Amino acid sequence: MKLASWLHPILAVALAPLLPVLIQRVKALFAGRCGPPWGQGYRDLWKLLRKGGTYSRTTTWVFRAGPIVQFACLLVALLVVPAGGLSAPVAFDGDWILLAYVLGLGRFFTVSAALDTGSSFEGMGASREVQFAVFTEPALLIGLAALARETQSLSLSPIYAELATGWELPLRILLGAGFFILYLAENCRIPVDDPNTHLELTMIHEVMVLDHGAVDFGFIQWGSALKLWVLGALWAGLLPLGTLPGPLTRLAAGAGGILALAVLTGIVESVTARVRLLRVPQLLVGAGVLCTLGLLLTIR
Amino acid sequence: MQSGTGSLLIFLILTDLLLLGSSRLRNAIRIAAAQGVALGLLPWLAHGHLTGSALLLGAGSAALKGVVFPALLNRALREIHVRREIEPLIGYIPSLLIGTGVLAAAFAFGARLPLPWESPSPLLVPAGLFTLWTGLFLIMARGKAITQVLGYIVMENGIFALGMAVVEAMPLLVELGVLLDVFVAVFVMGILVFHINREFDHIDADQLDALKEGAP
Repeated sequence: MKLASWLHPILAVALAPLLPVLIQRVKALFAGRCGPPWGQGYRDLWKLLRKGGTYSRTTTWVFRAGPIVQFACLLVALLVVPAGGLSAPVAFDGDWILLAYVLGLGRFFTVSAALDTGSSFEGMGASREVQFAVFTEPALLIGLAALARETQSLSLSPIYAELATGWELPLRILLGAGFFILYLAENCRIPVDDPNTHLELTMIHEVMVLDHGAVDFGFIQWGSALKLWVLGALWAGLLPLGTLPGPLTRLAAGAGGILALAVLTGIVESVTARVRLLRVPQLLVGAGVLCTLGLLLTIR
Repeated sequence: MQSGTGSLLIFLILTDLLLLGSSRLRNAIRIAAAQGVALGLLPWLAHGHLTGSALLLGAGSAALKGVVFPALLNRALREIHVRREIEPLIGYIPSLLIGTGVLAAAFAFGARLPLPWESPSPLLVPAGLFTLWTGLFLIMARGKAITQVLGYIVMENGIFALGMAVVEAMPLLVELGVLLDVFVAVFVMGILVFHINREFDHIDADQLDALKEGAP
């Protein structure tokens, strides 16, 4: 285990709070406002982490465990996801399945915590979250399977190391588009869910965390920033960055790809409206179809 | 040229999938037009050099499918005030899922199909078959006559793409493709005439069953 491979998780945990701010600043630029200052994400976290929590008497330990388990799951996910063609700290055969399940476990606890409050409102958000996960999880697994098949290896680090040094273009485009839709859906960005909305009827992710406060909410925000980073790293790994000299340059290029994806998300959020709730499954099935097409191309 | 052909064929497959999932007729017409124009490039890309017949075929098909058909269909749309397919016989998500299954079948079948000549790209036969089957599916699963015409055009696109595999060896197939084009044009005109007659207030092809002889 090389020491350099730990750089990426540490960098990710430190830089992740920048991503939501970056997206907001891009949106602000489009709207002609100036947006939050760059340090806002850190300030919010610092404020929330110092607060004392309040818990309803109807909640149990599940409610308290939700944010922490979600955060821990994303830390584990960071350990297996490589960036910029560099090897991840933990790599073994089948770790891409661990990645999918760890993301699923985090979601399960977020949803359970929402249900634990007993609020019918949070139940509604939880139901929607799980409904969309039914479409995104198979799409993610199929997309990763296509990558594994193409590169003939079963671990994310060799897969992405191989990807970084040249590969067939059509597959990159297909999976890039598929992963981008998954990224937007999993992170509750605009075509699927609006992170700024407070119109209860259409909220998905925000409604599930309404009853969390203080430290718990801080972990939720940090966790959602990390999720942006993890899925962004999966997408940025499709870029051919392996030809750059030196591991540090490649790591910087990988992080740059993740930041560029956040900028792209900000642009998408500015120029598109969110689709109707009934049409979201169609969008997600579309992502699944793109990933399946990628898999079919590798099998032929 | 190899990767150019591959990208073009994947574009073909993607436009098929878009057609399966789109409910707005105007968008569907636009997608089918883009598909037709892209197919016009195929003879040139697939064979790597410009022959007179390939140029003629490509330019002719692109002009017909990219300009003439969309104009005709859009005019028909304007006159009959239909914007979207409201109740398809098979919904959009099931259509997409069936499309994925059909795509897998096309790849499996395309890999086994013995061709008399070597195909310019391994994707050509699956993409052509899938386009063909998508067109057939659109004809079967959609209720509006306009979408069925679109399905017919898409089916012809598939035949055109398949013909590319043997274009230099068999000009007859190309001729057949052009003939089919003319037939589609006639078909489109038929829709217009049908509308001008204004016998009915709708273009739901299902309800035309009631016109059968012997029906009350």
